[in-house]
Amino acid sequence: MLTEEQQALKPNNPKMTARDVNVFYGAKQAINKVSIDVDMDNVTAFIGPSGCGKSTFLRTLNRMNDTVASARVEGEITLDGENIYAPSMDVVQLRARVGMVFQKPNPFPKSIYENIAYGPRIHGLASAKADMDVIVEKSLRRAGLWEEVKDRLNESGTALSGGQQQRLCIGRAIAVEPEVILMDEPCSALDPIATAKIEELIHELRGRYAIVIVTHNMQQAARVSQRTAFFHLGTLVEYGVTSDIFTNPKADRTRDYITGRYG
Amino acid sequence: MVEHTVKAFDQDIDTLRGLIAEMGGRAEASLDNAMMALLRRDKNMARQVVLDDPKIDALEEQVERLVVQTIALRAPMANDLREVVAALKIAGVVERIGDYGKNIAKRVPLIVENRKLELMSLLPSMGQIAGEMVHDALNAFAARDADLAIAVIERDKVVDDFYNSIFRTLLTYMAENPKMISESAHLLFVAKNIERIGDHATNVAEMVYYAATGQYLPDRERGEAPEDAGK
Repeated sequence: MLTEEQQALKPNNPKMTARDVNVFYGAKQAINKVSIDVDMDNVTAFIGPSGCGKSTFLRTLNRMNDTVASARVEGEITLDGENIYAPSMDVVQLRARVGMVFQKPNPFPKSIYENIAYGPRIHGLASAKADMDVIVEKSLRRAGLWEEVKDRLNESGTALSGGQQQRLCIGRAIAVEPEVILMDEPCSALDPIATAKIEELIHELRGRYAIVIVTHNMQQAARVSQRTAFFHLGTLVEYGVTSDIFTNPKADRTRDYITGRYG
Repeated sequence: MVEHTVKAFDQDIDTLRGLIAEMGGRAEASLDNAMMALLRRDKNMARQVVLDDPKIDALEEQVERLVVQTIALRAPMANDLREVVAALKIAGVVERIGDYGKNIAKRVPLIVENRKLELMSLLPSMGQIAGEMVHDALNAFAARDADLAIAVIERDKVVDDFYNSIFRTLLTYMAENPKMISESAHLLFVAKNIERIGDHATNVAEMVYYAATGQYLPDRERGEAPEDAGK
């Protein structure tokens, strides 16, 4: 019989797929033959000890590793069936479709309004001020920040609290109408209340965007995701329904990690 | 299994397992001593079983507190989580087993008043098998032994067969000896209590199986309904 959570899971609807992906930094192999599907309808969490490769792998999904000179990626990664490492792929366009939120909130040193408007403007999504106003409000609403900042849109984004800054960054990612949002430890610099707001936001965004979150906090992975992938030493050890991973993991390495028996 | 990085977590789990083992030992003794008191017609021994029961209740409360504390403070996952949840449920069931032992003991004075009643020859064997089931179910928990848990579950049918046989025999006996109906009814309740202990040992074994494997057993083949079941 299926658990309640399993029944609530929508059928698999892969948005991105990775097949036999290897990543090297110079001679050192950081990712070894990872194959995984990122589901459109479910939040996917990547967990694992420091240095296991989960962030490295996350960054292959929007070619962020291109910015690291020594990094080399092998294998195939697709977005809607299209190879994102194909020469024809426009990387700027790719990163608009596959947005990213980082560990430390990093708003531009500009106004709250400009933080959101910047992306849509360079991507040509809006030119008239009225159109841009609509995008800014919609993005801030989806990021759960509108009510808190609507009266001070011209203040600097860096003047917000840490949690508000992180939601601003999520709003900034949302503004360019991405299909996938990658989050790399988005709450590790936030207090528990700001963390809860981000987690609630992730719930609300589920289904509208494919969401992948890297987290060191296993309770957080358990709370926000429906799919969990456990990485260890550059390999994908286990990938499955989150409630199964946390109640009955198949691999001993997964069990030892999530029960606190790791090394 | 490798120890937890946080050593205090291992201590909590060890303490919990120790409490469950002690509860199991006491519940098993409750049944054994109640049956022995019945056979020896020993009212003092029966009274001691009743007096010992609150110790099992107190242990159950200790288990509950420790489980709640462990979930709150250690956030157990995977096999740890299954084990902690199983411990909580097993404690509740073992407490019930103790109660059934106590119930049997309470009937001893009522039965032994009448010296003419010959005790059923089947009852001691039935009690012994149920006691072994309790013993093995708790051993299976201590050893995280899924195979032993299944062996316990399979033995429940033997206890049920004993019960049905005793039920029929006692009914016949009552029909033939109307003056002995009251005493016979008490014996019937004793048999019923032992039958319930077998069911509870089976429940413990099912939880042990889940804790050890992460899988739920498919629904047990329910044997024929007991003969006292309503139509």
